[in-house]
Amino acid sequence: MNAGKEPQNWLMYSGDYTGRRYSTLHEIDAANAGKLTPKWVYQTMAGGKFETTPLVVDGILYGTGQDDRAFALDARTGRPIWQYQRGLPGDIRPCCGRVNRGLAILGDKVFMGTLDSHVIALDTKTGNVLWDVSAVDYTKGYSFTLAPLVIKSLVLVGVSGGEYGIRGFIDAYDANTGEKKWRFYTIPGPGEPGNESWEGESWKIGGSPAWITGTYDAETNTTFWTTGNPSPSNRGEGRAGDNLYSNSLLALDPDTGKLKWHFQFTQHDEHDYDATQVPVMVDDGGKKLILQANRNGFFYVIDRTNGKLIRAESYAKVSWAKEKDANGRPVPAKEGLPTLEGNKVCPGAAGATNWMSPTYDQQTKLFYVTAREQCDIFSTAPQPYDAGHAYYGSAYFPNDDAAPFYGALRALDPNTGKIKWEWKHPSPTWSGVLSTAGGLVFTGDAEGNFIALDAASGKALWHFQCGASIYSSPMTYAIAGKQYVAVAAGSSLFTFGLP
Amino acid sequence: MNVRPRIFFGFDFAVVILVCLVTASSGAAQAKNPYAGDAKVAKLGEFEFRANCAFCHGLGARGGGRGPDLTRTPKKHGDSDADIFNTINNGVPGTAMPPNGATQQGVGMTEEELWQVVTYIRSVEKKASTVSGDANHGRELYYGSAACGTCHMFKGKGGRLGPDLTGAGTARSTEYLTESLRKPSRRLAQGIIEAMKEFTEEYETVNVVTNDGTKYQGTLLNEDSFTIQFMDMREQVHSFDKASLKSLQKSRESLMPAYDEKVLPDKDLQDVLAFLVGGGQGGVK
Repeated sequence: MNAGKEPQNWLMYSGDYTGRRYSTLHEIDAANAGKLTPKWVYQTMAGGKFETTPLVVDGILYGTGQDDRAFALDARTGRPIWQYQRGLPGDIRPCCGRVNRGLAILGDKVFMGTLDSHVIALDTKTGNVLWDVSAVDYTKGYSFTLAPLVIKSLVLVGVSGGEYGIRGFIDAYDANTGEKKWRFYTIPGPGEPGNESWEGESWKIGGSPAWITGTYDAETNTTFWTTGNPSPSNRGEGRAGDNLYSNSLLALDPDTGKLKWHFQFTQHDEHDYDATQVPVMVDDGGKKLILQANRNGFFYVIDRTNGKLIRAESYAKVSWAKEKDANGRPVPAKEGLPTLEGNKVCPGAAGATNWMSPTYDQQTKLFYVTAREQCDIFSTAPQPYDAGHAYYGSAYFPNDDAAPFYGALRALDPNTGKIKWEWKHPSPTWSGVLSTAGGLVFTGDAEGNFIALDAASGKALWHFQCGASIYSSPMTYAIAGKQYVAVAAGSSLFTFGLP
Repeated sequence: MNVRPRIFFGFDFAVVILVCLVTASSGAAQAKNPYAGDAKVAKLGEFEFRANCAFCHGLGARGGGRGPDLTRTPKKHGDSDADIFNTINNGVPGTAMPPNGATQQGVGMTEEELWQVVTYIRSVEKKASTVSGDANHGRELYYGSAACGTCHMFKGKGGRLGPDLTGAGTARSTEYLTESLRKPSRRLAQGIIEAMKEFTEEYETVNVVTNDGTKYQGTLLNEDSFTIQFMDMREQVHSFDKASLKSLQKSRESLMPAYDEKVLPDKDLQDVLAFLVGGGQGGVK
């Protein structure tokens, strides 16, 4: 799949294999963005968070909705071609809303991970189910919420369930048949390197889910995936050690699932600082990099040929780490750990950012990320493990003294880690960011606005009130030379274009 | 995973139905708590409470900025074990209390876990509130010399600039109410709750000068990046594009004056509390 050759299409979750969420489309630009107008709205009529990034292939838009809906629409008019609603069992236990972030596509099939831990293939023309395989027992707290990633003829998915004491994994299925080709456990088993980073049997219930879509470097045939928190998320007692490969960047061979190298962002995490942010591939001169603005508040620049850290600079308020190790990696500070009665730590439990996608603009060479300025009070208490039941080790609380919390879209310079500009949001948001060759970045906010900003200056050029907080990452496509921008908000998918 | 019990206030009907099916299988609980008085179960309930409820109701159920103190009795929305079960499972429509599992971030509780939480709440309850003031005098103060009623409605009577206090006496601890009177800016009251929006607005103070030089002061109703809605001192509602204003200042210094001991001596304070806690019905003697 070469997304660069067909900019009119949006072929995968992040637009292309680099994870940049950048489009070379430029009909809509800084000069005319003020004239953007709604083109159509598609309503799922579902409740909860609408997190999808739709795909568009040759004029047809493929998206997912809450409660495992899927749909194909005429991307010009928004009229449905087919709709799919999975019959979900009554006893699924997805952690954080009955959400789905999107599909992957190959040939005449779209692929979806489901809340009852199946991977399915739907026919692109009818929505008929072509194959349906169960990956794992959902009653133990496993689910799929991410958009799969297709590499060659394989469909890759990572599992959710870090709230349940699961053992995380990344799976690959044959796109034609649904046959499982490999599984990589994100927690090594006995005898494997890394298993010693877990105390006793804690590796069996150590979490480390992989719930955000990875990226892929065809040149080296390497796929990059990120992992989430060790379980229980707010309690380190009983799982002494670094807890590999939780909160890590993994470089895998997509043909075999073999690990090439790993880099752990937050070792022995007790703050739920999942590293599940899209690992963005950027080439800078001769350097092959991964950029990641992590939930833990640091912006990491990593050599993607070997996993070596080049730089880690904070891009939001941080108190969990006070110093860095010899390799420049921030290390947890004792005074930042959760306590029985609670301890104020920054960033808060939702992180300095979260799963919402950042973007890398190939023209400005800046990295744009949704930052959340919010500290929380983290507490911890012993909690017995019970399969399929929540396993947190206690809770966190808003730190009212630190109010008001706020959000910001921040433009980071990968060469220095410095903030070039920021657009302040009234409150923290869960919207991702899109950049385009029109010199624009698009993002949303918790107040319901979808906003176009000048990529160079951060000046807002246009906005539209969608009527509900935005919990998704925008995308763009074109039909017959006309560019559209789409974003999910509330229960509706909105598209905009020039008059 | 994502994050846990960050509370959302979007009471979507479909989600409510699903949650009821998924978790505690019906909205109406059996009448009796199977674990009543069991200290071991109360301990299990404490885990669940910390994970699912403490975000608003505080550690030890002593109340937080958002949720009432649950160590108090009787409970506002029904005081039997079954009532409490139903309150947790179904939420309280029109308030910030969401149905079990509909928080969009946390994990729903099973029926067994709900009973554990009920058992835990029972285990931390204290004797009925000991407000000793004279509620009748409290009413006189509220609408008279203390002038609370100028800005605060109580059972349909009073002003609109501040929050309605009809339910405050039962929802909030006397410590919280005392702090609100003595130091109103310490913790601003919560304003509008929007479906799916993570943070509620607060009663911040707004000072605006329009392009033609008109000045307004008031309390914030809502805002986004581009517009602001507020109520001025004459209870007029305004909405402006921020870019159209000559100046806009927001402050976390409440418009409510601090009722220190000179303005409202301790005895009078107790009387006002008695009026609020007693729901205006003569108060708690």
